[in-house]
Amino acid sequence: MSRRFTPKVVTANALIEGDVVYLTEDDRWSRHHHEAELIEDEAHAQMRLLSAQAQHLLVVGAYLADAKAGPNGPEPTHFRETFRTRGPSNYAHGKQAKTPKDGPHV
Amino acid sequence: MYKYNDFDEAFVRTRVAQFSQQVARRIDGSLTEDEFKPLRLMNGLYLQLHAYMLRVAIPYGTLDSRKMRQLAHIADTWDKGYGHFTTRQNIQYNWPKLSDVPAILGALADVEMHAIQTSGNTVRNVTADHFAGAAADEIADPRPYAELLRQWSTDHPEFQFLPRKFKIAITGAPNDRAVTKAHDIGLRMVTNAAGEPGFEVIVGGGLGRTPLIGQTVREFLPEADLLPYVEAVLSVYNLLGRRDNKFKARIKITLHETGKEELSRMIEERFEEIRGSFSGADQALLEEIRAAFAPPAFKTAPTDAHYAAQARDPAYRAWADTNLARHRNADYAIVTVSLKAHGATPGDASSAQMRVLAELAETYGHDELRISHEQNVILPHVHKGDLPAVHAALKAAGLATANVGLISDIIACPGMDYCSLATARSIPIATQIAERFKELDLEHEIGPMKIKISGCINACGHHHVGHIGILGLDRAGVENYQITLGGDGTETASIGEKAGPGFAYDEVVPAIERLISAYLETRLEPAETFLAAFRRLGPAPFKAALYPEEGNRNAA
Repeated sequence: MSRRFTPKVVTANALIEGDVVYLTEDDRWSRHHHEAELIEDEAHAQMRLLSAQAQHLLVVGAYLADAKAGPNGPEPTHFRETFRTRGPSNYAHGKQAKTPKDGPHV
Repeated sequence: MYKYNDFDEAFVRTRVAQFSQQVARRIDGSLTEDEFKPLRLMNGLYLQLHAYMLRVAIPYGTLDSRKMRQLAHIADTWDKGYGHFTTRQNIQYNWPKLSDVPAILGALADVEMHAIQTSGNTVRNVTADHFAGAAADEIADPRPYAELLRQWSTDHPEFQFLPRKFKIAITGAPNDRAVTKAHDIGLRMVTNAAGEPGFEVIVGGGLGRTPLIGQTVREFLPEADLLPYVEAVLSVYNLLGRRDNKFKARIKITLHETGKEELSRMIEERFEEIRGSFSGADQALLEEIRAAFAPPAFKTAPTDAHYAAQARDPAYRAWADTNLARHRNADYAIVTVSLKAHGATPGDASSAQMRVLAELAETYGHDELRISHEQNVILPHVHKGDLPAVHAALKAAGLATANVGLISDIIACPGMDYCSLATARSIPIATQIAERFKELDLEHEIGPMKIKISGCINACGHHHVGHIGILGLDRAGVENYQITLGGDGTETASIGEKAGPGFAYDEVVPAIERLISAYLETRLEPAETFLAAFRRLGPAPFKAALYPEEGNRNAA
């Protein structure tokens, strides 16, 4: 029997700034992990990844990252992905320095 | 300082123009990422965790005030006001936007700099002893040879698609400050029985997942044969190197698979074949280059101010004890400016600090600066009479930390705070160790100590050659740190031994503290360094300190 599929989000970096972005259910690229579409089906995940990779005018390096459901939306499960939601630990640069904005930002 | 000739200038400008168009085509969609990626890497542009990263070459670690000011200008204009100096004597900008990179490369070209061959399977930035041209123990300044190698290897049509990246380090002194034994080719200047200078050629050193100390393939290579011989090494490697397996593609593996004897034979054979084709043009070029590295006009002036400050000011004395090295001119000193203030990121300098360094180089340092592989900045030629003024200016800029060669002078790669290859963070481990030992006020008591930290197996932080090496790994989704002991990157090079099971993120500092206590308890005298004690005693007492619970278990 195949192993149970670990839920995923599609993540990438914005083409121009390189900022970390997440694919939402309504096909936007959000700067916030909790706005990502949490994908629970493997075949759907592959389809969403293909669709993300096709958007090469907007993003670069799209891949599937493990995630889990949380009270405010998907949360990362691995520390690498947690770091990507905030930025480096030595300076308040990257996402942690920005005021959260709503809507599509790519 | 070498000045670009018309050829260099035209080459770099052409590359900037090409890459500017490639960026435009990527942004307008004419190029896909798969098409663009090799092009951006050829120009030093990486995609990291949070942003792009631009790696700029600092040939053999040498800068002048004009270049340093431009690096500061770039940091302010297109980045976040700082830069990160690396173990390969490069500078990395962590936050450039793709659309700004052409302008950055243009600004670099304005000061004869570029980011070419700072990535890819090519000959990378040739690194050199950071005390080159100034050290008292030097046979000759290695930088003219490094510049010759730079010119020869830049865009060399035969060596743009090597099996893997290729790193060359060169030192002109018997005391190896350039880690030559851990490079694909290490060149150590030596003299023969007739007193003529030449090179010991070391091949196949390297860190990464298979750490190996290089082996000498030529005990004495006459100076005039340098270029044809290095080319022979490269062309043999280019044919033999494993292109089928990335993890076996470096020349260190070729050396072990082929055997030193056979590889040396092939190198010599190829060398004989191509030697004649060099026809002396390389030597004529070397002579021209050498003129650009003529020693500065050292001044004759009183040195009393330095000795007076030493007698008067304990902070100055501490700085002079740790951060000054012997210069070939007895009235001068080599100043190492520590980029390791306790709690600060190893190797980072703000644009303001870069400008202070540029100013000091211009005013007091014959306009020379060096970047060391240990991620510090060197003012190689400072007259002793000017040292108190230099110290005061450094102090005002937060650059007078008196810790060079001590436990807080840590090499750390960017780790998972920036790098997409990293498996764990390095920077916070480094800053926590530095702060803890400052708090304990023990670092001068401990004496010479090299801690080196890498955030993944690729070993950019040189952990294998740290007296204490720390390697950050991902163990089942948790950061875990493996400690190695007894590494050495100098002429007595050795690879550190794994101490045992890894430590969790918050267990690393206490583990290092136990290790240091064990050293302080077991050393014969304060002059016996950690490395010397380790070599005398072996790993047992240090392992016992790292894993006390194991001792308890065995005793039970």
